[in-house]
Amino acid sequence: MLHNEPSPLEVKVLTSRFELPDSASLETYAAHEGYEGFRKALSMKPEEILGELKASNLRGRGGAGFPTGMKWGFVPRNSPKPKYIVVNADEGEPGTCKDRVLMENDPHQLIEGMLIAGLAADAHAGYIYIRGEYRYLIGIMDHAIEEARARGYIGRNILGSGFDFEVYTHTGAGSYECGEESALLESLEGKRGVPRIRPPFPAVAGAFGCPTVLNNVETYCAVPVILRRGGAWFADLGTPKNGGTRLFCISGHVNRPGVYELPMGFNLLRMINEVAGGVRGGKKLKAVIPGGSSCPVLKAVECDIAMDYDTVAKAGSMLGSGGVVVMDEDTCMVKAAARIMRFYSHESCGWCIPCREGTAWLSKLLARFHSGAGERQEIDLIGELAQNMLGRTFCPLGDAAAMPTMAFVKKFRDEFEAHLDGRPCPFENKKRLVTA
Amino acid sequence: MADLIHLTIDDKAVEVPAGTLVIEAARSVGIHIPAFCYYPGLSLQAACRMCLVEVEKAPKLQTSCTLPVSEGMVVRTSTPQVVEARKSMLEFLLTNHPLDCPVCDKGGECELQDMAFDYGAGTSRFHEEKVHTPEARFSPLIYYDAPRCILCYRCVRICREGLGVDALSIVNRGVVSEIAPNRGDHLECDECGMCIDICPVGALTSEAYRYHTRPWEMQHIGTVCAHCADGCKTTLGVRNGAIIRANNRDRTGVNGEFLCVKGRFAFDFNSHTERLQSPLMKVNGGLEPVSWARAIARVAAKFQETVARQGRFGVIGSNRTTNEENYYLQKFARRVLNTWNIDHHRTGDVPALMAAVGGRADAFASTVDLYTSRAVLVAASDLSQQHPFLAYQIRANWRHHQSHTYVVTRGPVREDDYATSILRAEKGEELAGIESLRDRLQAEPELVIIFGDAIQGDKVRALVSFGDALRIPVKYVCLLDYSNSRGAIDMGLAPEFEPGYVPASRTGLGLEEMLDEKDLDALWVVGANPLTRRRLASAGAFIVVQDLFLTGTAAQADVVLPALSAYEKTGTMTNVCGERQPLARGAVTMGAKSDLEIFGLLARAMGADLGPATPASVLAEIRREVPGYNGMPVTLAASLPRAGEVWSSEDTLFTSGTLGRYSKMLNSVTERSRRLYQP
Repeated sequence: MLHNEPSPLEVKVLTSRFELPDSASLETYAAHEGYEGFRKALSMKPEEILGELKASNLRGRGGAGFPTGMKWGFVPRNSPKPKYIVVNADEGEPGTCKDRVLMENDPHQLIEGMLIAGLAADAHAGYIYIRGEYRYLIGIMDHAIEEARARGYIGRNILGSGFDFEVYTHTGAGSYECGEESALLESLEGKRGVPRIRPPFPAVAGAFGCPTVLNNVETYCAVPVILRRGGAWFADLGTPKNGGTRLFCISGHVNRPGVYELPMGFNLLRMINEVAGGVRGGKKLKAVIPGGSSCPVLKAVECDIAMDYDTVAKAGSMLGSGGVVVMDEDTCMVKAAARIMRFYSHESCGWCIPCREGTAWLSKLLARFHSGAGERQEIDLIGELAQNMLGRTFCPLGDAAAMPTMAFVKKFRDEFEAHLDGRPCPFENKKRLVTA
Repeated sequence: MADLIHLTIDDKAVEVPAGTLVIEAARSVGIHIPAFCYYPGLSLQAACRMCLVEVEKAPKLQTSCTLPVSEGMVVRTSTPQVVEARKSMLEFLLTNHPLDCPVCDKGGECELQDMAFDYGAGTSRFHEEKVHTPEARFSPLIYYDAPRCILCYRCVRICREGLGVDALSIVNRGVVSEIAPNRGDHLECDECGMCIDICPVGALTSEAYRYHTRPWEMQHIGTVCAHCADGCKTTLGVRNGAIIRANNRDRTGVNGEFLCVKGRFAFDFNSHTERLQSPLMKVNGGLEPVSWARAIARVAAKFQETVARQGRFGVIGSNRTTNEENYYLQKFARRVLNTWNIDHHRTGDVPALMAAVGGRADAFASTVDLYTSRAVLVAASDLSQQHPFLAYQIRANWRHHQSHTYVVTRGPVREDDYATSILRAEKGEELAGIESLRDRLQAEPELVIIFGDAIQGDKVRALVSFGDALRIPVKYVCLLDYSNSRGAIDMGLAPEFEPGYVPASRTGLGLEEMLDEKDLDALWVVGANPLTRRRLASAGAFIVVQDLFLTGTAAQADVVLPALSAYEKTGTMTNVCGERQPLARGAVTMGAKSDLEIFGLLARAMGADLGPATPASVLAEIRREVPGYNGMPVTLAASLPRAGEVWSSEDTLFTSGTLGRYSKMLNSVTERSRRLYQP
């Protein structure tokens, strides 16, 4: 089912089948170019598949934006070990909810993407690691896998090609950290979900110590259409070096929140005002988190930018995982910072000192600030603590917690000052607190 | 020689083999990079972030504990950025640390304390509430205080990787993560306490030491463990003459950092309330305390009278007394008492091995060989239960050098976890099992064979022939039970050998024969307890016992002389691998004397001249006279034990003969099974 009305401004590539009746079924998928990309890939050499991917300028949709074709190329095809395809469906970034609709509405697209990855990497097994909170998706994926198996798309000697491939689902237990690729692999192997020392990277030593292709759901979902219509076609949908479309998850104080597929480089203000119907209640826009909670916040004046990896990076933030969180003028930024830090403190795996202790300290400190019990010199302390975490933690979770905090303090220092000296939050009186 | 890599650390040129970690390369030139989680020999964590350094061309600080050196690398370990990072790391670390140093066991020898002293800020910027969790008693011996824990995972790794027990892990997430035992609320493990020793802070503490004293109030006395034959160094913490703890944090012994439950906790037999502190003499059928002078005079008179009428003596020596004492005792027996009826409880057939290898010193494996040999064969022994240090060495060899381990045992053993080949063989059938491994063993470049008491006599000879036929360098370890079992046989506490395996000029009775003998006039038992196992056939014999406790044997004695333990005297001991190590005097028990001193007093009372009864002078004599100890090889043509002569007591991790029975610590653990942690 669809969770929001589509927008006429959307460019539907990955979501093209979403509005069809019974879109998750193999019948619907097969009737609408389903598995055509895979059939085409069967007749291609692995290097040709990689060539198309590289030409498509597809970049990892999980958040880091690493070029996918290059990443797949790191897998040593001639390794005597088995290779694995792993799908990161541990969509845990606050503000992000795109993988969920992709799996829910078009599971076969993901399976087809995995099959093509299997051909490219000489892998014969794939795992879909689904976050614990998405448990209901396991049934949908398992059903799709069974359908595909019944029709010979999964199993031994697929479509008579001699290619074998198995797909398995695996559920996480609700840890955000397991969205980090190496922690995901630990969890997949049945261990505690903590990150691994890298190098070696998963491409060389991933699942069960074997070479592994590990990508986000949306990344795999983009692969079939790239094979079907060509890398160049996909690249042309976006901006230079940022190929294709992207599923943006617009949430917060807008009139029509939802997941919208828009070309890379789509203007952020247009996204808010035209696609998502503008700020709710005619309020003024105050700030936007452009790519999920770990991305530094943008002030309203900074929002007139193209949403592609490079432009958003230039604006001092990140495109991240596509979670666009819109905040109106009544939003308390101290509270937003505190809430985000509470999340990271709760989700820190505890492996390394700066993240474990830093997030907990900041969480308590920000909560105290919001209650009015902060002291002036502690405004700088918040930034310093975040700075002390930045770049020194074991995995990017520490950075993900530090970067937005530093931005909140830098860009909304006046709001922190407004909370000093026991003063109540200036925004609490303006509207009733909505507790979730 | 491996390829050498050249790099610069703090402007010093450094040359180290390829693959060396930056933290080790720095240490090799005297630059200390602080770290909590990094521990040589264990897997890498990169969790504490203390060892961050600046590396030229790297965008951010790098953890030197995971970074291998590369050619031309330029590393800086004390730039303002690095020092600032360490300082902030410590600030983070101390936020939830209770800072209860004034009462913490670790205070004074705490790595966190040292680090805070070096890099920490003087004041705290943390004004929030700390996370607190109550202490937990993981086992009768091991406590855990989660608030003090810095989560360096050293304990988890030493237990999993070092011991293969895997009894500790982490539960919860983030700031409330903590270490948890394998049985939910308690541990079921070796109780070795390695986790306590390796803990850089006071999170894991020991029942023995907890809240008893401060480290600087103790003397730290390095000596050899009094229990099994592995000969681990243990450092006794002694205050006011009492042993308060035993550990091995200075890692200077053959055992490096290793100590098992006995070495770490079972020193408490030494201060057991039942320790004998006065000689006892049978008066009107009951044992009564008497003065040393009276007791010595009584024994001397009785011995003298027996010698004069050419009466029959039996002398039973100990597996726990020093080489000097054993040497002096056999000399006493042979020269003064004029008897060759001298023996001790033999727990392994070393003489057969000596004879089979023709006394070649290089046929005996050292404890280092167990760590370096490319292949090890374990036959007829559950090493992790009976020789935990040897088991640790072999495991470390596999972990660090991927050595091959072959196991031929009756039941499952812990070495099975990583063994190249596992064979099950009933007692007595081991040789056939070993024989079936011939082709595989032949392909090894070298081999150490460790064997238990099931292989004795002819079987030892057959084993050595098998080893010779492999045509690779083969070394052997003949397993023995107690701290100086090897020294007892080396020093000639045997009817058929004089010290150094020199064939005796006369033969006497062995241990069992003495007990069977119907007309023994006097039986002298030093540090042994044979009469609880069986009755003495000779009812009228005058029995003298030297021991720490009133054992079953001592209770039947006419005179009991209280002896000092190995922790209370000097001298040397020889471990299962033939390594000789000195004892140091830690504690004192008032009223007791060392066995050597007792021998000296008796000799003087009997008017015999056996030389000074001091450890140094006896050791000098041993070094002069005893083959194997004087630089001369042992020459022994043939030796076969008599029936029933060699048998192991099969002590486990939690038993240790008489001493084990008097250790409250050892008896407090709940583990009893001979086979722990097997699936």
